[in-house]
Amino acid sequence: MGARRVVVTGLGVISALGQNAAEFWTALRECRSGIGPIDLLDCTNLRFRNGAQVWGYNPDRYFEPKAAAFLDRFAQFGVIAAREAVRHSGIEFCAALRARTAIITGSCTGGQTFEDTAFRSIYRDGANRLPPLTIPLIMANAATSSISMELGITGPAYTISTACSSASHAIGNAFWLVRNGMCDAAITGGCEAPFSFGILKAWEAIRVVSPDTCRPFSKDRRGMVLGEGGAMMVIEPLEAALARGATIHAEIVGFGMSSDASHITQPSADGAAKAIRAALADAGLEPEQIGYINAHGTGTDVNDVTEAAAIRSVFGKHTERLPVSSTKSMHGHALGAAGALEALATVMALREGILPPTANFTTPDPRCDLDVVPNQARATQAEFALSNSFAFGGLNAVLAFRKFV
Amino acid sequence: MSDELTQKVFSVIAATQRIPVEKITIDSTFEELGIDSMDGVNILFALENEFNITIPDEAARTIRSVRQAVEGVDKLISGDAEKPAVAN
Repeated sequence: MGARRVVVTGLGVISALGQNAAEFWTALRECRSGIGPIDLLDCTNLRFRNGAQVWGYNPDRYFEPKAAAFLDRFAQFGVIAAREAVRHSGIEFCAALRARTAIITGSCTGGQTFEDTAFRSIYRDGANRLPPLTIPLIMANAATSSISMELGITGPAYTISTACSSASHAIGNAFWLVRNGMCDAAITGGCEAPFSFGILKAWEAIRVVSPDTCRPFSKDRRGMVLGEGGAMMVIEPLEAALARGATIHAEIVGFGMSSDASHITQPSADGAAKAIRAALADAGLEPEQIGYINAHGTGTDVNDVTEAAAIRSVFGKHTERLPVSSTKSMHGHALGAAGALEALATVMALREGILPPTANFTTPDPRCDLDVVPNQARATQAEFALSNSFAFGGLNAVLAFRKFV
Repeated sequence: MSDELTQKVFSVIAATQRIPVEKITIDSTFEELGIDSMDGVNILFALENEFNITIPDEAARTIRSVRQAVEGVDKLISGDAEKPAVAN
């Protein structure tokens, strides 16, 4: 079987910008940031107070009490996003399709919320027993497994953990499985819930978290702001989508990966550029055809400078006409879910013909000399767009999408 | 700042960076000692523990030499009485 065209037919997302895909897009378009004071735990002994939580989240709205007790917060977000994506796609899983559907998700920290509480009970509070469900609650593949059980999907299912690139690697792998005929559909994306005290202290220690807000590419940026949530998409071959009369939101046309092989935390412009070039080559695109990039854009000094250099090195003069925005300024940095939130933002941007802005932008930085679509959404005719993800550990993943007409 | 403080900072840097303390002078830059940004964050962590101080992120970003590290620690220790919020 030759390579098939692959399209996105379902979108689901729960994040600081709302608890469904429509709310997510409205916030992005209106440049409404979901960053605010963290209230999930006491931040008195932290150097930062703000995060992009799923505000007003109530698991009872989504799960029976017993089912919720079997799922860590991060896995709940994954299941919720997958349900919406499947519902939204209108896909019907017959037995044959269930066996030919993949579930590939990304997560960086796994079931941290439960793990932190459980381990505190033995390390600090003198407990001698952990709940028997500790292992299934904290394993990073918990969301993939739960989605599979809930929908009866029996095809290839796994979780990828490549820090901040996890979800992009997941979506890219799912895309290749469907394109190459190894699967006939996939549910793919990522989920994360990093608001545990241990994880927040760990991010504090590495000194990259902003004490106020996230201002990617802005000269006065002070770091990233952590986020949480889940984002999933349903992808399938173009022919199958057309045959069942599905609404097609965008086509996924390319995936590129690279490893910096350089430094555990310092990103390399060369490594990032290699992944961008690999995605363009996989899609059979010239750099000049790209009309938008959803940046990794964490808002740290080093990432933004390095990413700008990588973009310049690949796109040269075309950079002057290439809008690049970071939606992390609104949904925060959701680590292993980040790539999925941003892939969805990119798909929606192409579908709607509107570029989501970089929020909280105040002052241009000559070291990040890009058109960052500051503070206001913009109409676009872009046909092709990229979504960049660059992880700690130097693992890079870039996805390429095409507007579907 | 005291010689004792300076020597203590030297030994923290030497231990964290796994280099002989003789390589370190008050005029060494982090770059000369092969200290990159992640190493720098590690050294600040070790200094915080050694001196029981908290180094704010903004100050941390500017420390790129041994002299800046010594002066920064000195300032935090001597400011201790007036600004207890800075110390642990």
